[in-house]
Amino acid sequence: MKKLVFPLLLLSLTAFSPAQAADYVLDTKGAHAFIQFRIKHLGYSWLYGRFNDFDGKFSYDEAKPDASTVEINIRTTSIDSNHAERDKHLRDKDFLNVRKFPTAKFVSTAFTEQGNGKALLRGKLTLHGVTKEIDIDVEHIGAGPDPWGGERRGFFGTTTLVLKDFGIDFDLGPASREVYLDLSVEGIKQ
Amino acid sequence: MQLRNDAKRYGLIAVLLHWLVALAVFGLFGLGLWMTSLTYYDPWYRDGPALHKSIGVLLFATMILRLIWRWLSPPPPALSSHNPLERLAAKAVHLLLYLLLFAVMISGYLISTADGRAVEVFGLLSIPATLTSIPEQEDIAGAVHLYLAIGLIGLVVLHAAGALKHHFLDRDNTLKRMFGL
Repeated sequence: MKKLVFPLLLLSLTAFSPAQAADYVLDTKGAHAFIQFRIKHLGYSWLYGRFNDFDGKFSYDEAKPDASTVEINIRTTSIDSNHAERDKHLRDKDFLNVRKFPTAKFVSTAFTEQGNGKALLRGKLTLHGVTKEIDIDVEHIGAGPDPWGGERRGFFGTTTLVLKDFGIDFDLGPASREVYLDLSVEGIKQ
Repeated sequence: MQLRNDAKRYGLIAVLLHWLVALAVFGLFGLGLWMTSLTYYDPWYRDGPALHKSIGVLLFATMILRLIWRWLSPPPPALSSHNPLERLAAKAVHLLLYLLLFAVMISGYLISTADGRAVEVFGLLSIPATLTSIPEQEDIAGAVHLYLAIGLIGLVVLHAAGALKHHFLDRDNTLKRMFGL
């Protein structure tokens, strides 16, 4: 009897799950996904950087977009601002402390379509060991078949983080307390 | 004071090289620890590392000259009063000092050049990058640079303690010789 319970449970789960919700995996292999950041340098210019190593997935159902979910894992040591000495400092205790906090994670909690191809993605970001709810402004870029027999869907998201909120308080000056994230993601339908 | 070393004494060149290197090593160690603790708006935030790298490259060149000079004009043998254990310990520490010095300097160079940037020497000369493809090069080289530098200073303390022991306890000429006496 006991042996029957688990297969039955699985059967019931597959029977009732919505068929339309498609799962997508971020195309990090082909580098069609980017986690970029920019922060003001002294208040005089924008400094750009990115994380090179991350993975993620999302589900999206055109009929039920509000049920969408997103999850992204970032290897913090892959930070790259095109300057080895600066990257070394950013990985150090003054900033990301990547030895202690090797990953950052975003897990969505809500997705709300706002019309006009815009949406609001809410979720929990864990960075530098601190988990905080953030809102990401999302723009639908496009979706459809790719030339190689697959299907893809892509979004562009922006959000602003106050570094101090995540326990990163190295003083870079009054104009450099916030970092702007630009997330450009393309998922391949599974 | 003669320029070359002979069978009994160190010559002027070896003496000057020894103390110049000693001064640079202490200076670079202090400067390195201090400059990495500076805040972003400190006037020395950029000049500290620039000075550290410039002196570091000059120290490397000095160490190469020192090795060449050591080969051209070998140092005098240990005093006959030193026992075999002391001779062995002194030799081992000297060898390790040389090895650590080079390891610390090379690892420092590998931090700054990890992305292909050159190391500037007082804005007059730039040493190009060579090795740039070690994974996480700047972080690994950085850890090696720091811990070996601490090890080097530990060894320097041992080296100096040996010299002081010969001077004050054995009352021999070991330390005096290092001043060319």
